[in-house]
Amino acid sequence: MDVRYINPFVKSIKNLFQTMLSTNVAFGRPFIPSPDDDWRTDVSGVIGFSGDASGAVVLVFSMDTATKLASQFAGTTMDSDHPDFSDAIGELANMVAGGAKPEFEGLDISISLPSVIIGKNHELSNSRVHPGLVIPCDTTLGSFRVHVSMKIEKLATVGASS
Amino acid sequence: MKILLVDDSRTIRNIQKNILAKLEHKEIDEAADGVEALVKLDEFSPDLILLDWNMPNMDGYTFLQTIRKNGVKTPVIMCTTEAEKTRVVQAIQAGANNYVVKPFSTETMAEKIEQTMKKVAAGA
Repeated sequence: MDVRYINPFVKSIKNLFQTMLSTNVAFGRPFIPSPDDDWRTDVSGVIGFSGDASGAVVLVFSMDTATKLASQFAGTTMDSDHPDFSDAIGELANMVAGGAKPEFEGLDISISLPSVIIGKNHELSNSRVHPGLVIPCDTTLGSFRVHVSMKIEKLATVGASS
Repeated sequence: MKILLVDDSRTIRNIQKNILAKLEHKEIDEAADGVEALVKLDEFSPDLILLDWNMPNMDGYTFLQTIRKNGVKTPVIMCTTEAEKTRVVQAIQAGANNYVVKPFSTETMAEKIEQTMKKVAAGA
């Protein structure tokens, strides 16, 4: 995957967290996931891409970080049993994907409705079809990762509007 | 002013309700998709609709096209992650009165509602 495709997601995450969670995000250096890494996690929010690009963006949280971020986002205390917990995580993923989309100028990209996986130590596999990159993110509410797997189906001008 | 919130995310509807409460708007009803919104449009008779784009069953764009085709003039503010200029133009052409891109701040939401209701009152 072209590393330039990461910038729209970094910009989108930054904007989302500043606007709706009043929190700054410090970004680590994006890296290619290795099969040897431990990919077990607790909460994943997934949005798929289709149209002129295919793939997915996945927000990956520990349970502790997920509950803190969901609570901050929704403006109410949420644990994983809260009826709106998965909805809040899904909406965070939706906004990250939606915010990145306009940066891929000239591409008609559709995003799926969000899917959320909640389960202690579930494993996230890297796609062989769309090998991706991982963006490490750190906030005062905890650290999380954003996995971006994206294949552009036609030539794009990425980040020209930034 | 009666406001109908149409979004498949209950979290977003709750965030919008909190913002609207701060702005002294308390007559609020909700729908989780376009189909439910069509029912609420009849039952609740809103003065303003905040409308998401991507929803199951009937998306916001189809809902907007449907109500405008049926002559419904209730002001609609699209509130969506669909931020591309082409989508904004598409929504305005279909009859949206204003457009808010998610993520949104309280200030942006307040400004767009005020702007929309002023434009509607002025007959624009």
